[in-house]
Amino acid sequence: MSTQTMPTGETTTSAEQLTGSEIVIKALIEQEVDTIFGYPGGAVLPLYDALFKQNSLRHYLVRHEQAAVHAAEGYARSTGRVGVVLVTSGPGATNAVTGLTDALMDSIPLVCFTGQVPTHLIGNDAFQEADTTGITRPCTKHNYLVKSVADLPRIIHEAFHVARSGRPGPVVIDLPKDVQQALGAYLPKDQVKHRSYNPQVKGEKGAIERAVELFAGAKRPIIYSGGGVINSGDRASVLLTEFARLTGAPITNTLMGLGAYPAGDPQFLGMLGMHGTYEANLAMHGCDVMLAVGARFDDRVTGKLSEFAPYSKKIQVDIDPSSINKNVVVDVPIVGDVAHVLEEMVRLWKQRQHKLDPNALKTWWSQIDSWRQRKCLHFEQTGDVMKPQYAINRLYEMTADRDAFITTEVGQHQMWAAQYYQFQKPNRWMTSGGLGTMGYGLPAAMGVQVAHPDALVIDIAGEASILMNMQEMSTLIQYRLPVKIFIVNNQWMGMVRQWQQLLHGERYAESYTDSLPDFVKLAEAYGAVGIRATKAAELDDKIREMLETPKPVIFDCCVDEVENCFPMIPSGSAHNQMLLGPDDHADHKTSEDGMVLV
Amino acid sequence: MAQKPMAQNTTAQGSRSPSAQNATAQSPEELRVSTHTEKRTIAVLVDNEPGVLARVIGLFSGRGYNIESLTVTEVDPENALSRITVVTSGTPMILEQIKAQLGRLVPVHKVSDLTMAGPYVERELALVKVNGAGEKRVEALRIADIFKARVVDASHEHFVFEMTGKTDKLDAFVELMSPLGLIDVSRTGVVAIQRGPEGL
Ligand SMILES: Cc1cc2nc3c(=O)[nH]c(=O)nc-3n(C[C@H](O)[C@H](O)[C@H](O)COP(=O)(O)OP(=O)(O)OC[C@H]3O[C@@H](n4cnc5c(N)ncnc54)[C@H](O)[C@@H]3O)c2cc1C
Ligand SMILES: Cc1ncc(C[n+]2csc(CCOP(=O)(O)OP(=O)(O)O)c2C)c(N)n1
Ligand SMILES: [Mg+2]
Repeated sequence: MSTQTMPTGETTTSAEQLTGSEIVIKALIEQEVDTIFGYPGGAVLPLYDALFKQNSLRHYLVRHEQAAVHAAEGYARSTGRVGVVLVTSGPGATNAVTGLTDALMDSIPLVCFTGQVPTHLIGNDAFQEADTTGITRPCTKHNYLVKSVADLPRIIHEAFHVARSGRPGPVVIDLPKDVQQALGAYLPKDQVKHRSYNPQVKGEKGAIERAVELFAGAKRPIIYSGGGVINSGDRASVLLTEFARLTGAPITNTLMGLGAYPAGDPQFLGMLGMHGTYEANLAMHGCDVMLAVGARFDDRVTGKLSEFAPYSKKIQVDIDPSSINKNVVVDVPIVGDVAHVLEEMVRLWKQRQHKLDPNALKTWWSQIDSWRQRKCLHFEQTGDVMKPQYAINRLYEMTADRDAFITTEVGQHQMWAAQYYQFQKPNRWMTSGGLGTMGYGLPAAMGVQVAHPDALVIDIAGEASILMNMQEMSTLIQYRLPVKIFIVNNQWMGMVRQWQQLLHGERYAESYTDSLPDFVKLAEAYGAVGIRATKAAELDDKIREMLETPKPVIFDCCVDEVENCFPMIPSGSAHNQMLLGPDDHADHKTSEDGMVLV
Repeated sequence: MAQKPMAQNTTAQGSRSPSAQNATAQSPEELRVSTHTEKRTIAVLVDNEPGVLARVIGLFSGRGYNIESLTVTEVDPENALSRITVVTSGTPMILEQIKAQLGRLVPVHKVSDLTMAGPYVERELALVKVNGAGEKRVEALRIADIFKARVVDASHEHFVFEMTGKTDKLDAFVELMSPLGLIDVSRTGVVAIQRGPEGL
């Protein structure tokens, strides 16, 4: 499709003439956008001028363009809508690149407008010129350089279509300054036909039937579901839950899929993968039929590929054909949208009155229960020094009835959040999975809070990560966004320290952060509230204080400095080669092959 | 991609779906066991717009796929469509990925794996300049005649031959010319089209 979308109706030559900037505003309103995260500069001044003159779109001024993109990601992931970003040319665009890459990896629908030097200066090394479409080509789902105002309305509508359909992702529209000022006609979205990008949403009937039959014959089934269920929308989670309950099969979620199935449900095995539970990983290893739903067999999930689920037949439901047979060959591929396909699977299962072999299922569950008995997430909280697991567990217990939205930074705290915070609903969990971007959590929380002004929004952070986008505290204050930043402060880049301890002979190169700021004073400097907890005994009271504070809070939770995150499957190992705790690593030596992996 | 032991050539012929964008074009068994490298000629119909070639090339370089030959020209000016012919190689699993990745590029309309879709014609054009005198000059002309190459430019010192054919035939011609005063070669890369009455 891209440039070739054709107006189906009459060309509106006599139509009202608008400036490019006014066309942008009008198209955004027609696309039901109400929020933009951005940062101004010379190349987008006409757009900011148009924004100034209207009241339908609310602009949130961030403090760094990377944060604008993460905020839009948080907004998008927590609402299922498309996030919108506006930044200037050159440094504005290059600052946005990390956020765009993050959104691409995690399938987050975004439309990002970047200013560009006027068309006649492109290629001249003009002031604040960067080849934005060149730079962002590999880190966007698609991008456009708008050379004529006549193309602008069509491109904007296409960009939204591309961002939200198929495997969602970020789309950049590079907008030269002269195009923002040129006069042109508007084209409504229903007059734009998408010529070439129309992903298949309905699964092929024969494949769905084969999948249902294969699953019905399983003796050791498992459902492995991922972020695609969240992408597919609320109904997908409902149908996933229905299918799991209907069959009685165990289910595990990827990091990106948490919340699609209610944690705490007896059929839920927790997260799988590198830091997944013992029961989830062993059930994946031992299953005979696997149903992968909206999950892409990431290396953090599969571990050693040649030993991944070696006894299984695999079904994969994915809207993107390139996610199928990428790392793992599946037996029944189904290209389609999760909700569409699951609906059909549920219908067929009922219609054919399928039932898993009850004896086999019973044996399978008692096997799983014996794995559960290992209590792989068990921890001991004794004495004053807080275990990070304890801190997150208490945070969860004290907010469980608040339908909270949780974002994270990247590191151990992220994994502990995934393990110990129990998500009951989709869209409540925002984390950087594919790119693993430190600095994601605070701006993402900002975007979530914008979308849900009355909700409790918490960024579970590490003290190293939080410094990467700390400047956004200022944005929180400006817009009265009462985000709670819960820093699991272990003084270390804990995840790095853990790998150095386990894999690099305890040589802790550059993983200790000296001279950390006093986070309480830092909060106060921004005009927020700072709270510090140093002892287990005071944690509940301090958390309560945080929850009662109607302003942004930085909570400095000082925890055990050297705690490691378990279970852990070292890179290059298989699901059944998990380390369960600190005493477990002596008998495993990571192979040379594993060492080169990340 | 993990390194796997080399397997013998186990790819069965004839049982494949003609649709290249179909992820099921090869059976799971075939994909799992076939770790040898195959060569494919793939035709891609794309919007003729700025940057489209960069997208395709960037996809190949960014994901570490091979390009053995790539040609592109507009073929349908009315609809502003260009046709890219790319010759690539990889394991069957990687080749499936290449097609799926091409298929999800927004300006791509159609991806067709000509090698798998059935019989097809493949051609390349070369211009070959040879500079020589005496025996060598005569020999160059004689070989050109055998290969049905045309002389498109000549002087007392040189010839420019134009030759069309399959890649290996061009390779052979160029190789034979190299001891005879080969100066310069310019080749178009492969273009290909499916045999029979159907279009792309
Ligand atoms: C420090 C760290 C540790 C990590 N450890 C783990 C770990 O232990 N376990 C773990 O699981 N992850 C872990 N991750 C995350 C991991 O890197 C991947 O991001 C994650 O596993 C991918 O999740 P996913 O497979 O659900 O795919 P996603 O990245 O969410 O992709 C979604 C898939 O669904 C498809 N899809 C999208 N929309 C639809 C739709 N409507 N219908 C059908 N399909 C659709 C997409 O095409 C894609 O294939 C870790 C990350 C970090 C940073
Ligand atoms: C932008 C960026 N740089 C580097 C890394 C590599 N990295 C992953 S986790 C981590 C340490 C994070 O430390 P902290 O935020 O304190 O979290 P902890 O692991 O201690 O909980 C680093 C440096 C990254 N993920 N992102
Ligand atoms: Mg830390």
